[in-house]
This record gives sequence, structure tokens and C-alpha cells, in this order.
Amino acid sequence: MGKRTIVPIGPYHPLQEEPEFFSLTVDGETVVDIDVQIGYNHRGIEKLSERKTFDQSTFVIERICGICSTSHPYAYTRAVEDVIPLEVPMRAKYIRTIIAEGERIHSHLLWLGLAGHFLGYNTVYMWAWKLREEILDVMEALSGNRNNYAMFKPGGVRRDIKKEDIPFAIKKIDSIIPTLEMLKKAVIDDPVLHARTKGIGILTKDEAINFCALGPVSRASGVARDLRKNSPYGAYDQFNWNMIVTKNGDVFDKAVVRILETFESIDMVKYCLLNLPDTEIDAKIKSIPSGEGIGHIEAPRGECFHYVKSDGTNRPARHKVRAPTFMNLPTYKATVVGETISDATIILASIDPCYCCTERVAVRNTKGKKIYNGEDLVRLSQSKTEKIKSKLGIK
Amino acid sequence: MTRSEVIKDLKKRFDEDILDIFDKTLTRVYIEIKPQAIVKVATYVFKNLGARFNIASGVDTFKHIEILYHFTFEDINLVVSFRVKLDKSKLEIDSLAPIFEGANWIEREIAEMLGVNFRGHPELKRLLLPDEWPQGVYPLRRDYQEWDDSSIRDRGL
Repeated sequence: MGKRTIVPIGPYHPLQEEPEFFSLTVDGETVVDIDVQIGYNHRGIEKLSERKTFDQSTFVIERICGICSTSHPYAYTRAVEDVIPLEVPMRAKYIRTIIAEGERIHSHLLWLGLAGHFLGYNTVYMWAWKLREEILDVMEALSGNRNNYAMFKPGGVRRDIKKEDIPFAIKKIDSIIPTLEMLKKAVIDDPVLHARTKGIGILTKDEAINFCALGPVSRASGVARDLRKNSPYGAYDQFNWNMIVTKNGDVFDKAVVRILETFESIDMVKYCLLNLPDTEIDAKIKSIPSGEGIGHIEAPRGECFHYVKSDGTNRPARHKVRAPTFMNLPTYKATVVGETISDATIILASIDPCYCCTERVAVRNTKGKKIYNGEDLVRLSQSKTEKIKSKLGIK
Repeated sequence: MTRSEVIKDLKKRFDEDILDIFDKTLTRVYIEIKPQAIVKVATYVFKNLGARFNIASGVDTFKHIEILYHFTFEDINLVVSFRVKLDKSKLEIDSLAPIFEGANWIEREIAEMLGVNFRGHPELKRLLLPDEWPQGVYPLRRDYQEWDDSSIRDRGL
């Protein structure tokens, strides 16, 4: 056994609600152990929510994360509606589905871009983020905001979608399909990407079940679990769509799941926009009785779960938030051990779309002397890509 | 297995452990069980019935600390929440982390936020709170007092 060193990754990174600190123990270039620490930016949202009224809480929890900014209010409003219990009007369900799926498209594209960037494949990064701009324009036209849409409220939605905005949205969404097709071919058929991602960071089916992971992380491992299918909410049971499941569980499969899901989401958004039912958009809740409720939805990254306990006042007595990453991140331990240090970043990326912490990576020897920084690790990763390219004979 | 079969099965198998069953809606069931039975029930539900563990949520209800273990039955769209009530004088319960990894982090969170001791947890260390947070101060308890005079709120910012 060679000399073991500790590789600290983190703690701060700008894309995620929780900065994290990973300390990887490496033997030569192989990762042998990992310790994850979170909580560097614990903001006490659950406690804060207990001091707000039910309506105000929607805005507070929308700010848990800028990228999943719809998932948390969606799960929370479902939890409040479960306390009463109450069915929201059909038009509100359709509008909620449009917003949630629009968010999935931009979240998956953002992830794809970052994954490409850290593999040293900046073409993917630029194309994906250019496409993401288009879908953000659609969201701006429909909701007024490019992110943090503030569309949800317990009982329905806050704003209606205007008839005159729909043609613009459809045109924009249609315009991204050919580029997305091209991108799909570029990613799925590229031999360099195959060499960098296939068979790397494998999460087996048993591990996915044991860690209780959900979302693209578990569907790539062959676990056919999707809350939109299993416990339908919103308008997901009104039309046909496919659940994307692959079986290898490596980084490549997780990318494939996300790309193919984007196409499904585009179809869903288009269907909902064209078939908006003509009902009320708000059930107009008068008061919330005492009781407890659970709301869970399928966020782009996994399951978002909210538990609300009401004691009959206008504030939640207890509000528990479970973010998707909370259950998916521990799977990093199962996937990274045994892999090389240059793949550690992309394996982390494959679990969770937010991994800018790689900017802060430093490799130290046991005396604490700095050897590599984040740029060096990106360079290491890129040089591995170059090596594979020359081995495969690609320029 | 249908919804009523699951409930009937749980009722039959854990008859002496179940204190109360509250059938809320078509997709939600709350079952109150004795704290010492949680490992037995969770093992059966997770391993034999193939339910997925969502999360556990702890609530301070003045008298007790309640922990709700939420399990989802994917195929039949049912969330079963097992409620345990722990006496405030003796906050201890057996850990589920040795049975499945998914319970590891949330038990660490409940331990530091509400002060519940999980017996048999492989690494019951701090998850969310900072290192300088004092021992024995639990932020989600009802009787929580601000301990840090220099925190942002107290500076009036």
C-alpha cells in the first residue's frame, strides 16, 4: 500500500443551497475513503418557516435553491393542501405542471453544460447553456421571472397564463428541439465521452435502493421509480409520457437519463400549453385546520419532500424540508471509492448537478503542503481526455 | 398488494406494537407504534414489502418528541408514516442506519436538532450545526433560547 493523502474538496460553492466539504482519502491516484460534511451555510429555513404565515412560507422556501426554485413550493403547497385536504382546480394543475417541467428542462441543461465543462468538453457546455437561455426566455414570458417564479400558492397558482403568450412559448420550445437532437447525438455517440464516462462511478441497483436515492440517480441504476408515474400529481396522469430508465448506473447512463428526460419534458410542456382547461386557477382557501400533511414531488434532481404540521393558527407549527440532494449525496460514498482522483469530480457531478466546489479543490500531502489546486485538477482531467483521444485516434 | 391489504397485514403482524391507526386520505396513513418496535417494523416494511424510506421528521410537541418515519409504497401510491412518541426525560430510540443507509444522515440531523439519541448508529456525529455550537442546545425544541449574542439577528441587521 502506498502513501495515503487527504484531498479536501469544498466547502464553498455557489450553485448549491448547501456548501459541502468532501475529504477524499487517496492512495496514489485511487480514492479509498471519503467523508462528507455539510451544513456550512445552514440557514434555519425550517425554523424561519414557523414564524411566517402559510402564504409567506411559500416565498421563503422558494429561496432554498435558485435552480429547483419551483420544486420546494410545489411540495410545500401539496403538503398544505394535504392538511385540509383539498383538490386544486384543473387549470392550476396544468399551469403547475408547465412551470415544473420548464424547470426540469433548464435544470437538466444546466447540469449537462457543467458536466461537459468539467470533462474538458466546452462545446457541450456552450451549446447546453445557449439552449438553456431559450427556455429561460419562455419561463420569463409565462411567469414574469427567469427563476424564482413565485407562481405557487396553497390552493392553486398566483398568476394565470395568458392566451397571447402561448404561441411565443411554443415557437421558442420548438426552436430548441433540433439543437437538442444534435447535442444528444454529440453526447451519446462521442467516443471520448464514452471513454470518460462509461463504467465509471457505478451505483448498483441494490445500492440505489439501500441509499433510498430517487431521481435520475436511481433511474440510471435500473430502479424504475418516478413520483410523477407512481403517485401522480399535477397533470401528469392526463397524458402519455415515458419514464426513462437505464440499467448500468454509471456516469454515462445518468447523462443519458437526463438528456432523454428533457425531450419528455418538452413534450409535456407543449401538451399542457395547448390543452389548458378553462377553469378557475385558485381554490381560495379560507382557513387551514389543525392537522398534518405530506407533500412530495419529483424535482429535477430527485424527490422533494415536505411535512407540514398545523395547529389551527395561520402559521405552520412544524415544517420539515427534505431536499433531493439530502438523500442522493450519500451515494457519492458508494460510487467514488475505487475510482481515480481525476474522475472524482465528474462522479460527484453525476449525482448532483451542483458541483462548483471543484473550483476549490486542493490536493495536499500529509504535512499540509499544497500541491494541486482546482485549476490543476481541471488540467489533470483534460489531459486524461487528451490521452484517451490520442489512444482512440481522434483529433 | 393493495392499500387495505398492506394496512391489514401490518395490523396483523404488529398487533401488540401498534397503538393507533389514523387513515387520513386515500394516499396517507399514520400509524403510531411503540418506540421499541421501530427496528422490527421498519425492517419488515423496507426489506419484505419493498417500501422506500422517504425521510423522518421530528416534532417537539411540548410533552413528547415525536418522530415520524415516512415510507412510500411506490406501486400503490401510499405513504405510511410510523409515528413514535418519545418521552422527554429519556430521549432514546434504536437506529435504523444499520438496516439501510438512507436513514444515516437524517438520524444525525434529528440527533443534533432535537437531541434524540439513536442507539447503535454507526457514526452519530454532527451533520448541520457548526463546531462551536454548544452541547445540549437543540434549535428545533420549543424551549430553545438564543445562545449566541453575536448572531446576525441580535445585531439588528
